[in-house]
Amino acid sequence: MCLSIPSKIVEIEEDNIAIVETMGVRRKVSLDLMADVVAIGDYVLIHIGFAMGKIDEEDALESLKIYEEMIIAMDEEERRSLIEQDDNCSNRSI
Amino acid sequence: MQDDKALFDIFRHPQTIQALSRKIYQEALKLSQPLKIMEVCGGHTHTIMKYGLKQLLPDTIEFIHGPGCPVCIMPKERIDQAIDLARMRNTILLTLGDMIRVPGSESSLVEERARGCDIRPLYSPMDALKIAAENPTKKVIFFAIGFETTTPMTAALILRADNEKLHNLFFHINHVLVPPAVHAIMDDPQNRIDAFIGPSHVSVITGSKIYEPIAKQYETPVVVSGFEPVDVMEGILQIIAQKNENRSEVEVQYSRAVTRDGNHKAQAMIEQTMNVRDTFRWRGLGDIEHSALQLGENYAHLDAEAVFSQFLSNEPIDDHKLCICGSILKGLAKPNDCTVFGTACTPNSPLGSCMVSSEGSCNAYYRYGNVV
Amino acid sequence: MKHIQLSHGGGGEEMDVLIRDLFYRHFSNEILLRSEDAAVLEVNGKIAFTTDSYTVTPLFFNGGDMGKIAVAGTLNDLAMMGARPLYLSCAFIIEEGLPYETLERIVVSMKDELAKSGAKIVCGDTKVVPKGSVDQLFINTSGIGEVVLSALSAHHLQQDDIIIVSRDIGAHGACILASREGIELQSALSSDCATLWPVVEALISENISIRAMRDATRGGLSAVLNEWAISSDVCIELEEKNIPICDEVRGICELLGMEPYDFANEGTFILAIDPCDALRAIEILHRFSMSSNAAIIGNVTSHKAGRVILRSAWGSTRYLERPKGELLPRIC
Repeated sequence: MCLSIPSKIVEIEEDNIAIVETMGVRRKVSLDLMADVVAIGDYVLIHIGFAMGKIDEEDALESLKIYEEMIIAMDEEERRSLIEQDDNCSNRSI
Repeated sequence: MQDDKALFDIFRHPQTIQALSRKIYQEALKLSQPLKIMEVCGGHTHTIMKYGLKQLLPDTIEFIHGPGCPVCIMPKERIDQAIDLARMRNTILLTLGDMIRVPGSESSLVEERARGCDIRPLYSPMDALKIAAENPTKKVIFFAIGFETTTPMTAALILRADNEKLHNLFFHINHVLVPPAVHAIMDDPQNRIDAFIGPSHVSVITGSKIYEPIAKQYETPVVVSGFEPVDVMEGILQIIAQKNENRSEVEVQYSRAVTRDGNHKAQAMIEQTMNVRDTFRWRGLGDIEHSALQLGENYAHLDAEAVFSQFLSNEPIDDHKLCICGSILKGLAKPNDCTVFGTACTPNSPLGSCMVSSEGSCNAYYRYGNVV
Repeated sequence: MKHIQLSHGGGGEEMDVLIRDLFYRHFSNEILLRSEDAAVLEVNGKIAFTTDSYTVTPLFFNGGDMGKIAVAGTLNDLAMMGARPLYLSCAFIIEEGLPYETLERIVVSMKDELAKSGAKIVCGDTKVVPKGSVDQLFINTSGIGEVVLSALSAHHLQQDDIIIVSRDIGAHGACILASREGIELQSALSSDCATLWPVVEALISENISIRAMRDATRGGLSAVLNEWAISSDVCIELEEKNIPICDEVRGICELLGMEPYDFANEGTFILAIDPCDALRAIEILHRFSMSSNAAIIGNVTSHKAGRVILRSAWGSTRYLERPKGELLPRIC
């Protein structure tokens, strides 16, 4: 239910605080809730001033690949069905 | 990844959304009957409305907007308590975001602020530490709201406040839990829900395992999806696939952030600081057992409900007689079935929970109802 | 360091010194220096007259300050009615204890902004109030301009008119919000605050058929377009992907759960143009740095009278609502 934005860790400061960046906007967040070690360059989800979890970049890129393949497959299907419709067209003049 | 925008762009890509729409149309043809899908969470309701996703789906897919907006489900008596606390002398009341707009039985926090109470919406709960330290002679009270997503932030704040021995920071805990609310809806024999889109960020904390009993007991697919439009569309496609294959499982579409077990550290911090209430009243759904949290015994000295109990009214306040939010939340009625919808009950003067915040279904219908 | 004291508003010698050393020195012009009870002005033909009060926290922000806004804002209101800005009045309500240097920085900034249009401050007023009565400084400016292009009105939109925005939206609102206590976002974003007359003058002198113009200040793009749709009883349809928004504004919106369409602007205006002139208008706008990324964002239709519709890149639509209440970060 809650707003949470992927942001990149750009600095890690004392007292479990990190600086994160989203589209050129930086802010301080607390790392108190992070179970895993976080490093500069990691992507995390930020909710009301806290990092709450990491984002698995590889997983996101895997999704991207699947979506790209799906778009190609759907376009191909559409092309075929248009050709089929065209072939079935009865009053077609050559 | 080249830049952080890519993480948004993948999941908002117009062609991907359109391809998913076409695929959903194809797959939905195989459905034996129309599907009523509840998106539990207000964030998903927001995505569906903001990106116009309903228009990209066949009529056989219907959304039922769930109870997952912490602002909407807050019962009036709890808001009245926030007002009672804010009215105490030498007090600063802190809360999050648009909670301050929601009306209690007679007033709202915005109104009380205009009358001179010191009420501050916070962007981050951590700011409460600074405010308490800067105002040592005042009572600073954090009116904590939210589901499992927002609960660990309160827990972290409690631990820090305790650690720093802040004597003037108190907590009024209104954190609520998703699974009991889902059970309350599903246990109504008349409910018509066929599947769930599971919350994104609740699940980052809790893990997807908390929905396993729901999928099993009610034989409803649960797909935990992200908040971007591609996420929601893909989640719907996965639900349709489960229905077509006669499966009812918990699946995680939002696998870039959600695991089965969730964030252990955050869970432990909640357990350390809070425990489950016997019962809690939800606006629109009524009393639900074990559906909310309160401060643990070790932290009783920080608990505003205990420390300031003599100032707090505790009368339960019934939902408005004509309001049918309960039925709407269960998918039994549509907002326009309600006799006060758009007349006595509007976003500016809401009678029921579903009209309160922009994530509520009545509010969404009111604004987008005669859709383009 | 000198501070403004109650005596600076008391009508005695201290006030005279303040007016001479600060206001007369920087705003210097013949009419003002005459120091009469009222400025006597010569104006030909129809005039436009407007007033606005300014309060902003913080007083100084990236890309501007309260003085710059107090001049540009009132001049822009004149420009939006097709009027060449000529004269301004200026009243300061100052909280006791404001550093003199702060006030001077603001006055100098007003002077610099006036130079961009040639308008003059010809009369003014100074009040100093006890600490706590106002938040540092309030400024009121009223302006008079000579109407060069009449018949501009929110009621004049017609079907097929083209809607243009002069630059990327939301910079001022996002910039102020980001600097607010408790939010504290850092970015290179700067306010769009600017005097629009030079670009408006170019559009008028090249005979662009403008139906309406409005600077999208409080309430942002959505407030202006909703008002136009209702006043002219037409539908305004927008292509979401064509509305220019910079990355930082997007980032701030993502972080706070807000919409850039609701954010205030201080140097961004919306135009409704006869379709035949739209491309020429864009070409003129692009000559000026303050509107170098002006874009056509939509058109006027008869689809749903009184409503503004946003079209997404994937073909869905939604209403663009007028902003409601205080802008608060969304948590859910």
